[in-house]
Amino acid sequence: MTMASTLEPVRGARRAKDIAYRVSLWLCVAIAMATLGVIALYVLARGINALSVNFFTKEPASQLHPEQGGIVQSFIGTGMIVGIAALIAIPLGLLTAVYLAEYGKGRTASAIRLVSQVLLSTPSIVAGAFIWTVVVVAFGNFSAFAGGLALVVLMWPIVARATEEVLRLVPQELREGSLALGLPRWKTILRVVVPAAGAGILTAVMLAVARALGETAPILLTALGNDYINTDPLKPTDAVPLRIYADARTPIEALHTIAWGGALVLLLAVLLLSIGARVLSVRQQKRLA
Amino acid sequence: MSGSVSADELAGLGAGAARARRSRFIDRGFRSMTLLLGLALIGLLVYMLIDLTAGAWRTFEQFGLHFFVGTTWNPVRGREEFGALPFIFGTAVTSFLAVIIAVPVGVGLALFLNQVRGALANPLAVFIDILAAIPSIVYGLWGLFVLRPFFDSTVEPFLASTIGKVPIVGALFSGKTQGPDMFTAGVILAIMILPIITAVSREVIAVVPRDLREAALALGATRWESVRIAVLPYARNGIVGATMLGLGRALGETIAVAMVIGNVPKIGWSLLAPAATIPSWIASSFREASSVGLHRSALLALAVTLVIWSFLLALVSRVLVRKTEEQIGEPVGDEPVSVARLGAGG
Repeated sequence: MTMASTLEPVRGARRAKDIAYRVSLWLCVAIAMATLGVIALYVLARGINALSVNFFTKEPASQLHPEQGGIVQSFIGTGMIVGIAALIAIPLGLLTAVYLAEYGKGRTASAIRLVSQVLLSTPSIVAGAFIWTVVVVAFGNFSAFAGGLALVVLMWPIVARATEEVLRLVPQELREGSLALGLPRWKTILRVVVPAAGAGILTAVMLAVARALGETAPILLTALGNDYINTDPLKPTDAVPLRIYADARTPIEALHTIAWGGALVLLLAVLLLSIGARVLSVRQQKRLA
Repeated sequence: MSGSVSADELAGLGAGAARARRSRFIDRGFRSMTLLLGLALIGLLVYMLIDLTAGAWRTFEQFGLHFFVGTTWNPVRGREEFGALPFIFGTAVTSFLAVIIAVPVGVGLALFLNQVRGALANPLAVFIDILAAIPSIVYGLWGLFVLRPFFDSTVEPFLASTIGKVPIVGALFSGKTQGPDMFTAGVILAIMILPIITAVSREVIAVVPRDLREAALALGATRWESVRIAVLPYARNGIVGATMLGLGRALGETIAVAMVIGNVPKIGWSLLAPAATIPSWIASSFREASSVGLHRSALLALAVTLVIWSFLLALVSRVLVRKTEEQIGEPVGDEPVSVARLGAGG
């Protein structure tokens, strides 16, 4: 503020207000950072005690020695449920994005965009309740497959929207060049546009998977949970978030530790995916810019 | 090349035409397929709404408007009575509390992020993204085992002995401070919606013309004055929009709330009392309801109520952000799709 020296210095109430303003901005920053720091530290400090070979390889042990058990059934279940969801949602989302970015103009496209926006803002438990009635209640049992379908409702619009934005970043010249060389539209899209957007599409997929991994409510209503390993997609299946929820509600101390362990693993997986996605997307933007 | 065309060349042309025809056919097929999937997404939403409403119909038919104002929730067969008011109340109070806490902090962060460019802004934005990426079950676990005991032992007794003693307002912080309560749930929700409020406010503030601020500063305004005069009036609608979006997120948040609120369908003045929200109640009673028609229908009616609420909020928020765009004449939100924008709690 060298210029201020030639001006009337700001005094009194004006100065006090300005200082209060600046201090409160820093306070906001401090609050946000402290919260994040405290949560991360607790999850790390408490969760690390649970990590052991048994934790990753065993099913929950008996009530007598709960600390000797593990949550391998939750890892397998999460893999199954999110795998089923990804297998369905990624192709659907990609092709929806291709329509929106490459063909979509006019009313149909904006209707689809609006709908994906609406689906994105729909509470995830609503997706759970929907699959609960059409699959679980209708077929009479909770299952990994139903859990996967509930996650599809959440992932499809995420993949579609995020991929659409990435496809739009691909320079028009690439498409024109390819079309001018005589490649048909569909080949241009699949062989030129999509590969050019490759890393960005991966980003979209990673964001969607990260989101699906941490979802609890929709799979609670559909996959329910299970104390044992289950590999049948048509039977109730455990998942890491469901195990944390179940263990946290028991009065058993050792199970609380296991819940923290699950939270630590889940948090690491989700953070790796979302930070990875961020790094990739920054790189992609630099490349295309 | 001579003037005449050889038979080979003719055949080649024919093949080329056939290939072009086939290619055009594939082209059209590919386009139709992608269009069909786009339409399927619309179909999914429509089917979801119809299915939920159809499932809830029995309840609406039997209880009518009473469903929204009734305070008794009794799934016992033969004596069924379903009134959703306690859940509507719990949802409204906790979400409102969350917004009251999160909006000032979020807007502050947004202003900060727009002011400091470079070295500090980027890591801070990453931190906020991380906050958005934390799964709701992790917030719930932390809320249950760390925040709640801390609030029970320190914060809530303090609030009860200070604000709690003030007439009228004091009713909000009266009663016993131990155990699950709406206050803890509201604070957890505030942390969870902070990223979306920050992200949207930041985008809105970013499009406020810089020259206005600079003009204010050049005329001798302090930083605060320049923000008050040249930033906030323009960004106001957008910030309200961000608030609505945050409110929408808070309404639908399930697991983290279910873990700290106690799931008791009661209506009372004190924030220190346990309650239940629409999502937390669905999550805690869907199991018994799976095989019971009317109980199931009542839970679906709760889900429908939630959907209506969140749609309305999303709509209002969209309109408000649009309004800011019109006012400023620039589109809001050229940020890449980020975690904060895409994550809606579970």
